[in-house]
Amino acid sequence: MAVQPKVPKGISYPDELSKVDYKPPEKAWMDTPVVLKPNMFCWGNKEKSLKAVDFPNARAWSVADEDWKLPENWKEIFLEGIRERLDKYRTFRLFMDICVRCGACADKCHFFIGGGDPKNMPVLRAELLRSVYRKYFTGSGKALGKLAGARELNIGVLKELWYYAYQCTECRRCSLFCPYGIDTAEVTIIARELLNLLGLNIEWIAGPVANCWRTGNHMGLLPHTLRDTVEMFKADLETITGVKVDYSFNRKGAEILFVNPSGEYFDPNGNITFSGYMLLFHELGLDVTLSTYCSEGGNFGFFTSNEMAKRLHSKVYAEAKRLKVKWILGGECGHMWRVWHQYHNTWFGPVDFLEEPVSPITGTKFENAKSNKVVHICEFTSDLIKHGKIKLDPSRNDNYIVTLHDSCNVSRGMGFFEEPRYIIKNVCNNFYEMPPNTIRENTFCCGSGSGVNASENMELRLRGALPRANALKYVREKFGVNTLANICQIDRAALQTLADYWVPGVAIRGVHELVGNALIMRGEKERTTDLRGEPLLGKEGGENV
Amino acid sequence: MGLLLSFFVVIVLVLLAFGGVEAANLQYLFGIIIPYAAFVTFIVGIFYRVVKWGRSPVPFRIPTTAGQEKSLPWIKQNKIDNPSSALGVIVRMAFEVLLFRSLFRNTKTELREGPSLAYGSAKWLWLAGLAFHWTFFIIVLRHLRLFTEPILFFVPLIESLDAFFQMGVPLLYITDVVFLMAVTYLFFRRVLIPQVRYISLAADYFPLFLILGIGVSGVLMRYFFKVDVVGAKELTMGLVTFNPVVPEGIGVIFYIHLFLVSTLLIYFPFSKLMHMAGVFLSPTRNLANNNRERMHINPWNYPVKVHTYEEYEEEFRHFMKDAGIPVEKEE
Repeated sequence: MAVQPKVPKGISYPDELSKVDYKPPEKAWMDTPVVLKPNMFCWGNKEKSLKAVDFPNARAWSVADEDWKLPENWKEIFLEGIRERLDKYRTFRLFMDICVRCGACADKCHFFIGGGDPKNMPVLRAELLRSVYRKYFTGSGKALGKLAGARELNIGVLKELWYYAYQCTECRRCSLFCPYGIDTAEVTIIARELLNLLGLNIEWIAGPVANCWRTGNHMGLLPHTLRDTVEMFKADLETITGVKVDYSFNRKGAEILFVNPSGEYFDPNGNITFSGYMLLFHELGLDVTLSTYCSEGGNFGFFTSNEMAKRLHSKVYAEAKRLKVKWILGGECGHMWRVWHQYHNTWFGPVDFLEEPVSPITGTKFENAKSNKVVHICEFTSDLIKHGKIKLDPSRNDNYIVTLHDSCNVSRGMGFFEEPRYIIKNVCNNFYEMPPNTIRENTFCCGSGSGVNASENMELRLRGALPRANALKYVREKFGVNTLANICQIDRAALQTLADYWVPGVAIRGVHELVGNALIMRGEKERTTDLRGEPLLGKEGGENV
Repeated sequence: MGLLLSFFVVIVLVLLAFGGVEAANLQYLFGIIIPYAAFVTFIVGIFYRVVKWGRSPVPFRIPTTAGQEKSLPWIKQNKIDNPSSALGVIVRMAFEVLLFRSLFRNTKTELREGPSLAYGSAKWLWLAGLAFHWTFFIIVLRHLRLFTEPILFFVPLIESLDAFFQMGVPLLYITDVVFLMAVTYLFFRRVLIPQVRYISLAADYFPLFLILGIGVSGVLMRYFFKVDVVGAKELTMGLVTFNPVVPEGIGVIFYIHLFLVSTLLIYFPFSKLMHMAGVFLSPTRNLANNNRERMHINPWNYPVKVHTYEEYEEEFRHFMKDAGIPVEKEE
């Protein structure tokens, strides 16, 4: 059990990093200029990434440089941007006005808990922008200045806004505790929109956005690469299960279009989740197609501006229409589901060219998705299990002692709790919950969401992951948990590194990886390994593969 | 800075009323003109702010979901914390507005050696907040005695419940005690919790001192420096019947109290106190979580530039054909 933590380069050991001083400095926050600390921020966007999507002020710049190469009238642009958004978003106007600074949100943010920087208290993160709003848009701020909590917008303030807008993962945990429902995610979303008016993004977001625009997915995978990747999964699956699975890309007339996060084609943890879907679809004989044009369900545009999010996701319905499918099934992804659930219908509706989704296997009508016609794979699979339509052998997951990490987007932007649990309990024999304050609507972010899962900001991510890791450590010590299941590709890609540091010995797994392990298929050979090629419990000395 | 300044501003306000009435005999200004001006500012101000908020549309349906959503029929929905219907939203809002549901969730995070994080119960803010707002509300209702003739039927009822312990002469109101304790608590937590102190502005201290001033002056008036109640009611009835009169000898403490209340009314629409109206408009709380079931309309939704399939195929056609992926056009 005593596995040594993997410590990324340039980072101190966990016992050192977890010494957090929550005491705010003596000096008032407005008088404390921002210090851009290495390992806490992501590289600025490249020129070509902004150019690719016609974003303003595309130029080569570096965060570390004094001069951020802003347009001469940057202040005007920024303030005009605020004015425009005050008129477009009731949330923004309201959240700028009604905070009473009760501080209930302060110790709810994973970045504050793991880092102690007072400007990471959600209330103060919002005050960074509120202070500018007061100065230029309220009478008291204009007249009384600092006394009314208002401050001049200058380059230092702008850098501070940038630094902290990319230290928020838009997880909405603070909004759960706010007596007025003030949602820092909403404030961050708007702050990032404003920053993007000046060409101030991070490359970890801008790069994937540019890729997604051109190739249909964040990873920039071209059509033949996608096919080759899936072909490779198919070969691996045949080795393990003896079953040759079908799949298709861009097939017209399929009943269902399946859209998943492209990280699943790339990231080793995601690969196996995707393999799980493939096994399931094959076993059901589901009339489903993938698309190379719409090869991304995630939406880093959402971390840029609402317009960019809409620009990237229009392909989902466009492709469904072109392929003449009946409805859309979506894979395991966090922010993709926030966007699909809370934004899609508004952007693109009415979706009258598709049919109300019905499971062809069970006949269940997905009433809750009847308008935007998009069903979550976990809704689909839990319905299958409930109707006994698939055969499962949970003992094939007996190597795993599992807990579930509720991803923030589907938790507080959707309320998706029972479906994944129901599946896990049916495909695994060992399932334990983390403490109640850290799951379901109270769940903690992985610390890498909303596009900040880069490597140059590793300290930020590790700090942000502390609360999640700590709850995980608790069940690891108490129940021997060795597997963290989740339904989010950013979790799968990001949490492994973070777990290896804070709670070594825990593997990160997609829920449909566990489904794939347990699924009993027609014509399969006796399985001796799981989908990763690891021997099953009791089959360690088994036949030679 | 904000703390001391706010304190002194309230002291100055008290002295202004005291001097104005005692030295300059400005009873008419402090008893009639300022209260009228304050009331008008309060109503017009709130109206203006709410209309201004209301004019900003709600482009997206983004409730913060705090329980299981409506899903498959055999999955139990949390209809209050994650409502999918108007009724559910009403119940959720009622819990929020009347019982401060979200604040009730509050926990206190502690980082211990190990590291080990613990989340302790932290209901004091919720309790004090609730006590403060409810007692304030009841006290306002009790004051209707001064503004109605005959007195509204429920006022004596509230009074007798409020004086349940039958202590002292005049009878001690429970709400007076709880109100002052709650405000004091809210003040001390703001000063003593380092993080809360760090984020506090003058705009946070000033209303606390002002409200404390109102409470203290009211208590002094009722229990200690007895004022001429008949005269006071004559004045307040004069205000509501638009027949303003200034009876002689009510007592200066009454004018101080009234002036502080007037200040609060004037200050209210321009301050964070507007959260009272704002909470009703908060899109993360007052919307049903049913956007896949029913389309939410964004009034400023506009077409955006997209990368079409045709453009995509044009660029990658040869790759697609080589990989055996169907295409629309052969060349």
